[in-house]
Amino acid sequence: MDGTGDAAGDVTGGMEGDMTEDVAGDMASDRGFGETGRAHTGRGGTGRGGTGRAGTGGGGKALIEVDGVRKVFEVRRRTGLMRREKREVRAVDGISFTVPRGEMVGYIGPNGAGKSTTIKMLTGILTPSAGRLRIAGIDPARQRTRLAHRIGVVFGQRTTLWWDLPLKDSYGLMRRMYRIPEDRFRRNLRRCVDELDLGDLLDVPVRQLSLGQRMRGDIAAALLHDPDVLYLDEPTIGLDVVSKVKVRRFLRELNAELGTTVLLTTHDLQDIEQLCERVMVIDHGRLMYDGPLAGLHSVGESERTLVVDLEREHPPIELPGTRTVKVEGPRQWLAFPATASAAPLVAEVARRYPLVDLSVREPDIEDVIARMYAGR
Amino acid sequence: MGAGGPAGVGVAPGAAEGSAAGAGSGAGAGSGAGAADRPGGRGAGPRSRALDGLRGYGLIAMMWIRATMTYRTSFALMLVGNMAITGLDFVAIYLMFRHVDVLGGFTLPEIALLYGLCSTSFGLTDLLMGNTDRLGARVRDGSLDTMLVRPVPVLAQVAADRFALRRLGRVVQGLAVLVWALSVLDVAWTPGRVLLVPMTVLAGTAIFSAVMVAGAAFQFVAGDAAEVQNSFTYGGNTMLQYPPTIFAKDLLRAVTFVLPLAFVNWVPALYLLGRPDPLGLPGWAAYAGPLVGFAVFVPASLAWRAGVRSYRSTGS
Repeated sequence: MDGTGDAAGDVTGGMEGDMTEDVAGDMASDRGFGETGRAHTGRGGTGRGGTGRAGTGGGGKALIEVDGVRKVFEVRRRTGLMRREKREVRAVDGISFTVPRGEMVGYIGPNGAGKSTTIKMLTGILTPSAGRLRIAGIDPARQRTRLAHRIGVVFGQRTTLWWDLPLKDSYGLMRRMYRIPEDRFRRNLRRCVDELDLGDLLDVPVRQLSLGQRMRGDIAAALLHDPDVLYLDEPTIGLDVVSKVKVRRFLRELNAELGTTVLLTTHDLQDIEQLCERVMVIDHGRLMYDGPLAGLHSVGESERTLVVDLEREHPPIELPGTRTVKVEGPRQWLAFPATASAAPLVAEVARRYPLVDLSVREPDIEDVIARMYAGR
Repeated sequence: MGAGGPAGVGVAPGAAEGSAAGAGSGAGAGSGAGAADRPGGRGAGPRSRALDGLRGYGLIAMMWIRATMTYRTSFALMLVGNMAITGLDFVAIYLMFRHVDVLGGFTLPEIALLYGLCSTSFGLTDLLMGNTDRLGARVRDGSLDTMLVRPVPVLAQVAADRFALRRLGRVVQGLAVLVWALSVLDVAWTPGRVLLVPMTVLAGTAIFSAVMVAGAAFQFVAGDAAEVQNSFTYGGNTMLQYPPTIFAKDLLRAVTFVLPLAFVNWVPALYLLGRPDPLGLPGWAAYAGPLVGFAVFVPASLAWRAGVRSYRSTGS
């Protein structure tokens, strides 16, 4: 307990002054990141993963191994006075993937697709009905307490902290539960308090924290013992813009500096765009896509849009492989497959029409994914 | 044994004190050793699991005790209140004896012996394991999920969470009645018989705890079965406060051979009082309490394991 208190005390002093600036700066840079991310994606590149993060993976062997995993729930329903109907619900229906050390993976899908069930099997909460699971060589369901030292878990919907205790007491208890050495604990706590701006909250009972504050407190709690893998189940749910930015930046740094492997489920595609080089899409318990974010476009048969400004009004442009979506005065919108290159198209338009200006619009990831679900 | 074990239950308060001392000194040898064996992973034998469970139990319980002690007056009132309420059971028995001299052939001090033994055991169980009856609620609200991702056996967490020291009240009144009974009764004391008293209290705690754990395990299947659990624990406790002679033989057989609550106090108390056992058990059976406690913990911990494995979690 004393350890926590001290660290907190040290930390609160320095933080106040530069906090606002920091966040503002980050928001700006974050927006920048988002834009470039999209641009990369559009050209079929690897996104940010290619530029910065690939090194952290180190090419080591898979940290998370999932092979043919199923989870079947038996649902009993009363159909008559005495009769009952048994029905099998396949929440997860034969999923296989591996995640190497240091990767950040987004796990997305509609409600009830099996995301949380997968996470719960990976953390040892649920025992799989079939298949093989290994985290750092550990079988989650059989060696749950051993696994606990290697993983950090954040549930967006509920807290892992003790509701009635001040944050720092929760952390102190974590330290002893996980047997974290004092110096490491202080270092990690200070880092979290700094980055997640928890200084003022350490003495507040968890039940009095706002959703965003509690989430940041939860993320810190999941990281005090230096886990190899961090599971985040809807980590930005209900957070305001500033908190989201803070959390994302923190996760990026964590991954870059410590090489922590991150698996996150989310409904917020910005989380994925800004954090993950790889995305897995699950629906009806099956893995529908596993690859770079950019690749989603080809799978989803999405379209990019070429917006051209001509010298004057012109009848709709007709070019093979495109369709003209909209005409508005001298401006025309041409849709073409996201997988095709824009260059020849632009050249062709410039050759045949009096072109003044043009821009390329990337497809919206949300639309792409919605189309994937619909097209199933 | 799965978690805690009969010995574990008796030892837990000691463990709590031990870890409290360790906690005060900060990063002592304990956490150092923890760090050393962390990367390689720790042995997962049943013994180390039990020790992990005890340690975790101690940590959580101490935290709740500290939290309670920030409001000392309120704690003192709660403690006295708990003592008074649980003591009412004996007051009822006492009032009954204002009108009768014997009940089922037993005098007041003899019944006080029965009462003191089972009340102390049940008090200890309620103190140490009583919170397991909230398991169904934890399953429903999903808070069990968060316990399953911590490096402490779940049973220890479930039992220690919201550890309520005020429940010591039941133990205190039970002990008081027990001491009074022993001082009034005319027992032919031998070293073995003296030893039998604390041994019976601990064995009784183990038996009640096993029933608690089995009841909690049942709540994995039937979420709102806390009342079923209570009928066996609280109900069993109430039954044991009265002499076995007033109950039907079939019930006695059931609580001797099926769910051996009789070993909490009836069997050893009859032996101490020099009365014949209604089922004709031999005298040495009075000393079988610890064995019985161990025997019931095996199926209880197996049931618990099965419960955890079948856990389905909530939707989100």
